[in-house]
Amino acid sequence: AKTRQNITEKVERLIKTSRRIDDEFFEELEEILIQADVGVSTAMELIDNLRRAVKQKKITEVDEVRGLIKQEVVSIMEGSDAPLNKAPEGPTVIMVVGVNGVGKTTTIGKLAYRFKREGKKVIIAAADTFRAAAIDQLQIWAERVGADLIKHQEGADPGAVVFDAVNAAQARRADVLIVDTAGRLHTKTNLMEEIAKVKRVIQRTYADAPHEVLLVLDATTGQNAISQANLFKQVTGVTGIVLTKLDGTAKGGIVIAIAKELDIPVKLVGIGEGLEDLRDFSAEEFAEALFSD
Amino acid sequence: MVFEGLSTRLQETFRKLRGKGKLTEEDVNLAMREVRLALLEADVNYKVVKDFVARVKERAVGQEVLKSLTPGQQVVKIVYEELTQLMGGDQTKLNLAAKPPTVVMMVGLQGTGKTTTCAKLARSLLAQGRRPLLVAADIYRPAAIKQLQVLGEKCNCPVFSMGQENPVNIARAALEYARSNGRDIVILDTAGRLHINEELMNELKDLKSSLNPHEILLVVDAMTGQDAVNVASSFNEQLGLTGVVLTKLDGDTRGGAALSVKAVAGCPIKFAGVGEKLEDLEPFYPNRMASRILGMGDVQSLVEKA
Ligand SMILES: Nc1nc2c(ncn2[C@@H]2O[C@H](COP(=O)(O)OP(=O)(O)OP(=O)(O)O)[C@@H](O)[C@H]2O)c(=O)[nH]1
Ligand SMILES: Nc1nc2c(ncn2[C@@H]2O[C@H](COP(=O)(O)OP(=O)(O)OP(=O)(O)O)[C@@H](O)[C@H]2O)c(=O)[nH]1
Ligand SMILES: [Mg+2]
Ligand SMILES: [Mg+2]
Repeated sequence: AKTRQNITEKVERLIKTSRRIDDEFFEELEEILIQADVGVSTAMELIDNLRRAVKQKKITEVDEVRGLIKQEVVSIMEGSDAPLNKAPEGPTVIMVVGVNGVGKTTTIGKLAYRFKREGKKVIIAAADTFRAAAIDQLQIWAERVGADLIKHQEGADPGAVVFDAVNAAQARRADVLIVDTAGRLHTKTNLMEEIAKVKRVIQRTYADAPHEVLLVLDATTGQNAISQANLFKQVTGVTGIVLTKLDGTAKGGIVIAIAKELDIPVKLVGIGEGLEDLRDFSAEEFAEALFSD
Repeated sequence: MVFEGLSTRLQETFRKLRGKGKLTEEDVNLAMREVRLALLEADVNYKVVKDFVARVKERAVGQEVLKSLTPGQQVVKIVYEELTQLMGGDQTKLNLAAKPPTVVMMVGLQGTGKTTTCAKLARSLLAQGRRPLLVAADIYRPAAIKQLQVLGEKCNCPVFSMGQENPVNIARAALEYARSNGRDIVILDTAGRLHINEELMNELKDLKSSLNPHEILLVVDAMTGQDAVNVASSFNEQLGLTGVVLTKLDGDTRGGAALSVKAVAGCPIKFAGVGEKLEDLEPFYPNRMASRILGMGDVQSLVEKA
């Protein structure tokens, strides 16, 4: 994608134009990482490791350095490319959470589409009863992909919606139940508690559910994403990240820090507003896209 | 994410240095390392930070340390003042047309808060006795029109819509409607789009040339990272922005994007979104934003002491 070319070109240029591996070279590399939202401390750590490795392995070729940074990123992101968890039996329940406007509802549309294409029976629960026309938006997606939608009125209790959805999933023998939740800032304790409650409603019927709690992160987000991941993890037990809007010019480098510090894998990436614009995350590709052709 | 205020950090840095006198280049260099870190951690763009630090350094070297301050506090004061100044005065008013209706266009990336901000603005204008009209010109996002209608109903503002008609046609008809129905401010909700999407950016250019809006407001999510400069400069180059709205400031983001956007787009930040409710719109205060970016609640008192 276009996104990736920018940074790649920068690295390429850097590698082509600078012949010596000196302080200036490392500094420029650090700049590229910081501009990709990797964060200062993670960027510095990556560069420090790189410096050490260069010294240890007596590397003199700038080209080799590229391979090393890539390796470093891959090793941090490793385990991230695990597939989505599945229920051993009964419906797989997926909860989708995140701050306002990151792409939760759209991701659910794309995800439902993917499951439908695999021939699965999909039910979606409209547990965002708060935002204006959130239910209508989700309904349009459900119709597009041919999934069932369980909904109440705007302003209804999200717990009640999910309760109905769980029952519907059982009665209709659904393969997948996806729960949309209202966007909320991670700092709002009462709203966070509301999601925890939704989760408990699910667990009353399916003790081992939800099988995935996907935190949606907008790739344009900077350092605040760490705080988001941290608090959502604490309250909802996030099992994976969906990194959206990678079709823009933002690089989403913050997921490196999140994988490193919070050990949350990135499972999916969003690359547009269409039904098919969802991809599995690949650590290899992510690193490759950051640092090579 | 524990973030120490810049103030504390600088005190620490300067503890070993002698007390008063003039700020030497060495002192300032030490301090600037911390300033740079604080700004980067607050998501201010790398290049913006570089320029900013260079400017502050130039101003700080050789300055007399005020009697009431330590060298660390003195540097904080200079940084704070420069930051506040860079983010502009209290220019929070909307440009109103000499001859109504005033046309306001809300633009920005996907999910930043455009539709919500349109309704918040309508609500605040209604409270001031104006007669706004909300216009549903987002024909792409599922249920975007419905969303604006629901919000319009909440704040008692009429909403003009024509379904999935071409946005330029919608906007023209809405302007006509406003003229004949005595609505004095037309607020256009446009679809979210990427600044690199040529086709959709052209749509905005078409809207601009057929409406001659008095305000083109870029809505920016306060949690935006380094990419804020790309977005703001690109929207500005293509459309000529008149102002910025910074949303989602009710969270714990430091909001360095404010500085980045201001630095590249040049236009004032006019409003701040501080919640999902329609009353959660405030004027933008540069000085508050400066303390926030620096991670210090105590700056105001520090500066007053000086
Ligand atoms: N370019 C791009 N836009 C996206 C992507 N994913 C979602 N969007 C857009 O982002 C905007 C917000 O998406 P939603 O799915 O409504 O986000 P949400 O998290 O459900 O929002 P709330 O429910 O209001 O918190 C919409 O305009 C989507 O079309 C993506 O991968 N790329
Ligand atoms: N916490 C908080 N949420 C906000 C604020 N402004 C908007 N939101 C929320 O952010 C989400 C997206 O807002 P919208 O107004 O739909 O954003 P948009 O820019 O119109 O989105 P698209 O039309 O899809 O591009 C919604 O959940 C809003 O409630 C704010 O200041 N604070
Ligand atoms: Mg949603
Ligand atoms: Mg909108």
